Amino acid sequence: MKQAQSRSLSALFQIGGLILAFGFVTIILLLVDADPIEAFRLIWQGAVGNSSRIASVLVVWVPLALVTCGVLVTFTAGLWNIGIEGQITLGAIFTTGVIRLFLDTPVSPVFVIILSILAGMVGGAIWAALAGVLKVFGGVNEIFGGLGLNFIATALNIGLIFGAWSRPGVASMSGTEPFPEIYWLPTFQNFRFSWYSILLSVIGLVVIYFLLQGTHFGLRLKAVGKGIKSAFRLGIPTWQHMMLSFLICGLFAGLAGALQVVAVYHRLIPAISSGYGFMGLMIAMLINYQAIWVAPIALFFAALNIGGIQLPIVMKLDSTLSGVLQGSLVLFILLMQGVKQRVLGKQ
Amino acid sequence: MNIGFKQVNKHFGEVHANADITLNIQSGHIFGILGENGAGKSTLMKILSGFIQPDTGEILLGGHEVKIESPADAIKFGIGMLHQDPLDFPPMRVIDNFIAGQSGSLMLSQKAAMKDFRELQTQFGFSLDPEAYVDTLTVGERQQLEILRLLWLGAQILILDEPTTGISIQQKEKLFAALRVLAEQGKTIIFVSHKLEDVEILCDKVAILRKGYLVGEVAPPYDIDQLVEMMFGKQITLKDPTPLGQETVVFQLQDIVVEQYPLVIENVTFSLHAGEVIGLAGMEGSGQDMLLRACVGLLRPVSGRVIVNGNDLTGKNYLKFMENGVAFLPASRLEEGLVPGLTLAEHFTLVTDQKEQLFIDKAYFRQKSQQMIDDYRIIGRPETPVESLSGGNQQRAALSMLKDDLSIILLEHPTRGLDIESAIYMWDKLKERCRNGTSIFFISADLDEILRYSDRILVFFSGHVSKPLDAATTSLEQLGQLIGGKGWDRTFSNEESYETSTKP
Repeated sequence: MKQAQSRSLSALFQIGGLILAFGFVTIILLLVDADPIEAFRLIWQGAVGNSSRIASVLVVWVPLALVTCGVLVTFTAGLWNIGIEGQITLGAIFTTGVIRLFLDTPVSPVFVIILSILAGMVGGAIWAALAGVLKVFGGVNEIFGGLGLNFIATALNIGLIFGAWSRPGVASMSGTEPFPEIYWLPTFQNFRFSWYSILLSVIGLVVIYFLLQGTHFGLRLKAVGKGIKSAFRLGIPTWQHMMLSFLICGLFAGLAGALQVVAVYHRLIPAISSGYGFMGLMIAMLINYQAIWVAPIALFFAALNIGGIQLPIVMKLDSTLSGVLQGSLVLFILLMQGVKQRVLGKQ
Repeated sequence: MNIGFKQVNKHFGEVHANADITLNIQSGHIFGILGENGAGKSTLMKILSGFIQPDTGEILLGGHEVKIESPADAIKFGIGMLHQDPLDFPPMRVIDNFIAGQSGSLMLSQKAAMKDFRELQTQFGFSLDPEAYVDTLTVGERQQLEILRLLWLGAQILILDEPTTGISIQQKEKLFAALRVLAEQGKTIIFVSHKLEDVEILCDKVAILRKGYLVGEVAPPYDIDQLVEMMFGKQITLKDPTPLGQETVVFQLQDIVVEQYPLVIENVTFSLHAGEVIGLAGMEGSGQDMLLRACVGLLRPVSGRVIVNGNDLTGKNYLKFMENGVAFLPASRLEEGLVPGLTLAEHFTLVTDQKEQLFIDKAYFRQKSQQMIDDYRIIGRPETPVESLSGGNQQRAALSMLKDDLSIILLEHPTRGLDIESAIYMWDKLKERCRNGTSIFFISADLDEILRYSDRILVFFSGHVSKPLDAATTSLEQLGQLIGGKGWDRTFSNEESYETSTKP
C-alpha cells in the first residue's frame, strides 16, 4: 500500500517535470515569436511523418542506445565518464583505419567489416582505459581526464581527416574519401538504417540489463559506486572494478563509433560522435540509471533530434531547439526528484 | 564577561547529550571542563559558540539572556571557539586567514591588519610568519594563529576544545602562558579537555561532565583520584571467569611506526595469541585507530613489520589481509562498513564464499540472508536497505557478514551507540568465536567494556602506547588515570615515560 503510494507520487513528480520542461520551451518559443503548437507539431511530424523519417530516427537511436548502455556501467560504479565522446571518436578512427588497411586487398569484405567493428570497440576501450588509468593511478578526476581526452580525440580525428587520411587532391570538412559500397553495412531496402546495427544495439541492451540487474559483477559495481570504502572493506577489489567499468563503457562507445562509420557515414567525418555521448549521459540521468528505460527514452531523444530538423526548414527556427527541449527535460525531471525528496523528507 | 548556563538540555535522537546543565563561569578565570568522550563537553561548547541550539534552557552573558544562533552571532557576543581541528584555510597565507572572517568593510586593509597581527603576536611571544602558508604550520602554530584571529575579532570569551592534542611541550607551555595572560586581562577562558595533568596545572576551577550530566565542580588543589572517579563513575567490574588466551601466536607487530598527522606512534612490538581479546584503551584520537588500521593494511606503517599467521604482510593491502583470515569492522558503519543503498540480501551476496556463477541466484541469497537475519536476530528483511536499519541492527548485520573461520577480528567501538541488550549480544557472539580460536583486537571508549572483555589491555595516550596490561589486575581508576596521561611511571616503571619524550 505504502509502496504503491510512493510510486504513484513519484510518477506525479515525473509528469510535473515533463510539464515544466515543455512549459519552459513554450516560453522560449513565445519569446522568439514562434507558434509553440506549430513547433511541437513539426517536431512530431518530422520524427514520424513518413517511413524514411522513422528510419532516420532509428539511425540515431542505435548509437544513443549503445552509448547510454555504456555510461550506465560507469555510472553504476559511481563514475562520470564525460570522456565518452572521445571514446566514440576513437572507435570511429580505429574502424576507419582497419577498413583502409584492407581497401585494395582480396580479403572478404564481410570479414573486414567484422574486424573493423571489433577494432572500433577496442579503440573506444583504449580511450576509456586512459581515463581510467588517470583516475585510478593518477588521481585525476574522471571528468577532467575525460574532457582532456575528448579534446585530444577531436584533434586526432581532424588531423587524420586533413592529414594522413585526407582525400586525394583536396582535404575537406566533409571527411575522408567514402569507402566502396562493399564495405558498407547493408541497409534495409532503400532506408538508411541497417538491421545489423539495430540487432547489435538490442544485444547491447540485453547484455547491460542482465549485467547490471542479475550478475555478481553488476552488484559489486553497484557496491563500489554507492560506497567505495565499504565495498573495499567487504572484500571487493575496488580499483579493478572501476577500470573494468571504464573498459566496458569504452567497448560500447567504440561500437557506436564503429557503426557510425560502417553503417551511416561510410567514412570518417569531423563530427563523428555528433554529441551522442553527452546525450547518452543525459538519458542515463533522466532514467535514473535504470537499464530497462534505455530503449524507449533513447528512441524519444532520437525522435526529438530528427524532428528538430524540420524547424529551420519550415519555421526558420534553429534546429537546436530539440536540444533545448532535451536539456530542459533532464533538468526539470532531476529538479522534481530533488523537490520530491524534500517534500517526502519533511513528512 | 560572566557566562551562565541555565538548565540546558540537548538531545541527539535518543542520546541525552546535555541534561539540565546549570553552570556559572566567572570572567578572569581559566575554567576547565573535564569528561570522557561522549560526556557532553563538546555539545555544551557548541551550544555556547552557536554551532547548535539547545532544546531547552538559557544562556546568560553578563547576567542577560542571549540567543546565539550561529558562530557569527557568537563572535558578535565576544565568544570565540578554538576547535580541536583548526578550522582554517590551509592553502592560504597566515595573514589571509587572519583577515578572513572579519566583517564590516568591503575592502580589506591588509596593512592595518598586518600591524595588528604583529602587535598581538608580540604580546604573547608568538613568532608566526604572516606570509607563510598555513599548510606549512604545525598544529600548535595554527592554534596560535586562531587565537590571535579570535582576539582580533574581539573575543572576550575563548573556548579551547582539546587544545593540547598533537602539539609539542614547548608549544603547550607557550599556549598556557598566553591563556594565563588573557585571564589576567579579564577574559574568560574555557578549557575543554580529558587530560588530567593539563587541567591540574592550568585551571582555576573544573566542572566534570559524565554522560550528559554535570557531576560537580572542583577547585584546586585537585585530587586526581577524585577527578577520575567523577569522570568515569565508580562501578563494579564483572570479569569473564575463564581467560581464553591460548599459546599460539597468530599476529605480531614488530617495531611498527605509524604516522598520521599530527600523531606519530613509535616502535610498537606486540604479539597476539589465538583466542585472546586485546582492548585498546585511550581517549579518542590518541592513536589507537591508527594502530588498528595499520594492523589490517588500511594505513601503511612507516617502518616495522606486520606478521599474520607467520606470513609477513607488511605493506600489503587490506584484501591480502582478508585472504589471511583478518577482518576489520570499522566504527563508521555506513561509510566503511556497509554500503548504503544496498539491501541486506545484496550484502550477503557480496560477501558470499560460494564459488561464483555468472548470475546471482536471488532465491538462494534471499533464503541465506533470511537465515542470517534469524541467527543474528536482526530486525529487518532481506530486502531492507542497510541504511534504514537501526545502529544496533547494522552492527549485527556487519558482524553476521564476517566469515566463519577468521583468525583475527579487529573492531572499532563494537558497541558504540548500541543498547545494552545489543551490546551484550554482540560480545556473546564475539566470545563464541574466541572459543573457536579467533583473536580479537578492539578499540573502545568505554573503559568498562575494555576491562570486562579484554584479556590484556594496551593504553594509548597522545600517540604513546603502553606495554600490555593484564586486565585482571587493572582497576577502572587506574585505567582512567592512564588514559588521561597520569601514573604511567608508576605502572610501567621500567619504561620510558611519555613525559620526557618530545615530539616535533
